[in-house]
Amino acid sequence: MRWSAKRALFDPSALNHPKAFGGGRYGVPPLWLVLLSLIPFGLVALPVGYVGMRTYAAGSSGILRDLVRPYTLNLLVNTLTLSVSVTVCAGIIATAAAWCTERCDLPGRRWWRLATALPLAVPAYVSSYAWSSLGPQFQEMGGAILILTFYSVPLIYLPVSAALRSLDPNFEDVARSLGLGRWRSFGRVVLPQIAPALSGSALLVSAHMLAEFGALSFLRVETFTTAIYDQYANEFNNDAAALLSGVLMLICLPVAFIEAALRGRRRFARISRGSARKPTPIALGRLMPPVVLGFVALAILGFGVPLVTLCFWVWEGTSTGQGIGRVVPALLTSLGYALPGAVLTTLLAVPLVIATTHFRGRLVTLSDRLPYLVHGLPGIVVALAAVSVAIRYAPLFYQTTGLVMLVYAVLFLPLAQSAVRASAELVPRELGEVARSLGKSPFKAFLLATLPNLAPGIGAALALVALQLMRELTATLLLAPAGVVTLATEFWSYTSDRAYGAAAPFAAALVLISGVPVYIFTIRTLRVADEP
Amino acid sequence: MSLLRVDGLRKSHAGQAVLHGVDLTVPSGSVVALLGASGCGKTTLLRLIAGFEAADAGRIVMGDFAGDEHVLEAPGIHVPVERRKIGYVPQEGTLFPHLTVEDNVGFGLRRSERRGGRVTEALQLTGLTGLERRYPHQLSGGQQQRTALARALAPGPGLILLDEPFNALDMALRQAVCADVVALLRAAGSTAILVTHDPQEAFASADLVAVMRHGTVAQCADPATLYRRPVDADVARLTGATLFLDGVLCDDRVETVLGMVPVEPGGVRSGAAQILLRPEQIQLAGEGDGVAVRVVSSAFRGDHTLVTVQAGSVEFSVRLPGLEQPGQILHLRVRGRAVAFPG
Repeated sequence: MRWSAKRALFDPSALNHPKAFGGGRYGVPPLWLVLLSLIPFGLVALPVGYVGMRTYAAGSSGILRDLVRPYTLNLLVNTLTLSVSVTVCAGIIATAAAWCTERCDLPGRRWWRLATALPLAVPAYVSSYAWSSLGPQFQEMGGAILILTFYSVPLIYLPVSAALRSLDPNFEDVARSLGLGRWRSFGRVVLPQIAPALSGSALLVSAHMLAEFGALSFLRVETFTTAIYDQYANEFNNDAAALLSGVLMLICLPVAFIEAALRGRRRFARISRGSARKPTPIALGRLMPPVVLGFVALAILGFGVPLVTLCFWVWEGTSTGQGIGRVVPALLTSLGYALPGAVLTTLLAVPLVIATTHFRGRLVTLSDRLPYLVHGLPGIVVALAAVSVAIRYAPLFYQTTGLVMLVYAVLFLPLAQSAVRASAELVPRELGEVARSLGKSPFKAFLLATLPNLAPGIGAALALVALQLMRELTATLLLAPAGVVTLATEFWSYTSDRAYGAAAPFAAALVLISGVPVYIFTIRTLRVADEP
Repeated sequence: MSLLRVDGLRKSHAGQAVLHGVDLTVPSGSVVALLGASGCGKTTLLRLIAGFEAADAGRIVMGDFAGDEHVLEAPGIHVPVERRKIGYVPQEGTLFPHLTVEDNVGFGLRRSERRGGRVTEALQLTGLTGLERRYPHQLSGGQQQRTALARALAPGPGLILLDEPFNALDMALRQAVCADVVALLRAAGSTAILVTHDPQEAFASADLVAVMRHGTVAQCADPATLYRRPVDADVARLTGATLFLDGVLCDDRVETVLGMVPVEPGGVRSGAAQILLRPEQIQLAGEGDGVAVRVVSSAFRGDHTLVTVQAGSVEFSVRLPGLEQPGQILHLRVRGRAVAFPG
């Protein structure tokens, strides 16, 4: 009952408001657009279909033999323990940090904001490598929870900070004038309003943790992803790998589904127009020293330790003759994979976004949402399905760059979609209509009138996807043709032998490549430069 | 009796003095308007009374009907917002978007009070019955404003603060909602302070209007006194349209280009002075009566025409009912008394 009342707030028809989508949307999309937006269907069908088929082929006896044993239960416990602990810890730390940097008189807030967001620049497998090189005590569940929590904090911190910042401080003033103390007004007024940002990003972190492979492999924590890899690469047992993938998919899909559903909802917004007053910072008073200490610890654990360790190993490696020169060929190969991958992914995303922002129809809405669901599927599952299908049905395609690109597209389509969507929502549908009225065919109208105005979004999509692909490990590891060496795979092969010094230059290159966009992104999202 | 007394209140923001010693007395059951241009410190004063910020110096004391006094703010004392029992209606209402009208109104009540009919009472008073289950985004601007008022009234506060609550509404709606809200405040017998920059809004709604300027209260009086006898030229400009003329005082009369005009008692009594007239005090007179002036230009404004006239070497604008042609000679006279400020 209460739920139905809440539903009214998220009335999807509100999204059809002309302001939300340039010119509103009606009409059926042209055929070429429908056909293009059907491609994702095929891509999505691949992993799901493969796992389903394998499970069916294994039959009930196979399922019983491979799944119903203490080993699976252990994997399940480990996977869930890790995912839930990391999400809860990172959620609490990130919300507290966001509150302190946005609402309190913490000195040097802009630096703490940056310091809290910077761990984003260190891929999880690099920070695990750094920590695990410090000693074996980090190579177990406790260590993994610690390392991945600090890795995940920025993923929650950034959206929650942005939500807090856009929240009118008058809400708290009103709550307090109605007799509520500081803590109770936070709980009853602030928390419900940042809840969409908090729950959305927390689900994203859970999904990442369910899918994490590289880091857990270094830390020797057995979860579904590492077990799937083990079955595939070491035991050569594809059936067991597929069955485990099926179980993991069953855990991931609900998380991905809720996340996708939340994404479609509208954020809480200020009701009326007018500019929000800048909040008066809350005096921390006696709490100042522990809060500052907390931020110092956060910076050290999230960024300091991995960075210092990495610098040490780079120095160590250089002094033993394993110079930085070896990085160049791997860097070039990485670029050679990332750039075409980004172009393909963006090309697939554009028609998909246009079909949903400018037209209406069940089919296009569905194919717009599907990639978000696939995003929740672990990279290892998608990659494994692609390998197996290629070996069985298209042997010529196996071990080709094309297959890698296709898997990249499946994995990163949602990222490209959201970047393009930001631009597409600003382009009025009338633009295409005017072009039509001037005698252009639908396709030409799109090409000449709509597409040029999507340029900023397309540019952003290309950059974002390319950067993500540069640090992609799992799919590249499983799919890249023999002998191909990228930054991530080279790093992996050295660290698998515990050759920390030899791996360091590759890790450093990965961190540098990620660092620049993270810095710019943080400055943009939180406008850190504008204020103290 | 007075309900709220503010003495010598001072406040600086980032080293810049915003309030320099504000004194204000709010009688029980009255509506007091704080009128001033933006940046004069009126919102800061309101926030200090509410307790959102602590004052640098000065006192805020609240009295009750029994004559007991509660010090809210004094050197070393700062009663937290939540214990002041002062209602607050911010600009734009700021309804909690995740709660229904009913839950918004019941927000400041304890669980037992919420069931005890207080919410229904507040909703009835503000004419919101039937909208209980709506969410804020489903309400019109006026309904949002009334919900915000109901929410502030529900816990029965001793005083209600309204911070330019009608700013977000368009002009047509604004006057209606303002009248509506003031009527509700009076029906509830509440004491209220209303911040506004619109003199008409202040006059229409308040028993007393305090004009604020550069962080102090320049004058606090009932609307008619404030309009007829402002303490200085600045207050005169803040409270409505003005016409300033030079004149020479002679006892209770002043010699101007518009002839001899009687002066309000008090203030300057002799010598050169600046004379304040309100536009509606200047009227057309028959030939031979009043002073002859020449029309320089005229601009049609619908309900009146703004006519620029020349009298001797002085040019000024007056509001007249008809269309006048440039070059035409008119006869003007002054009705009522002028106010004289030291020239």
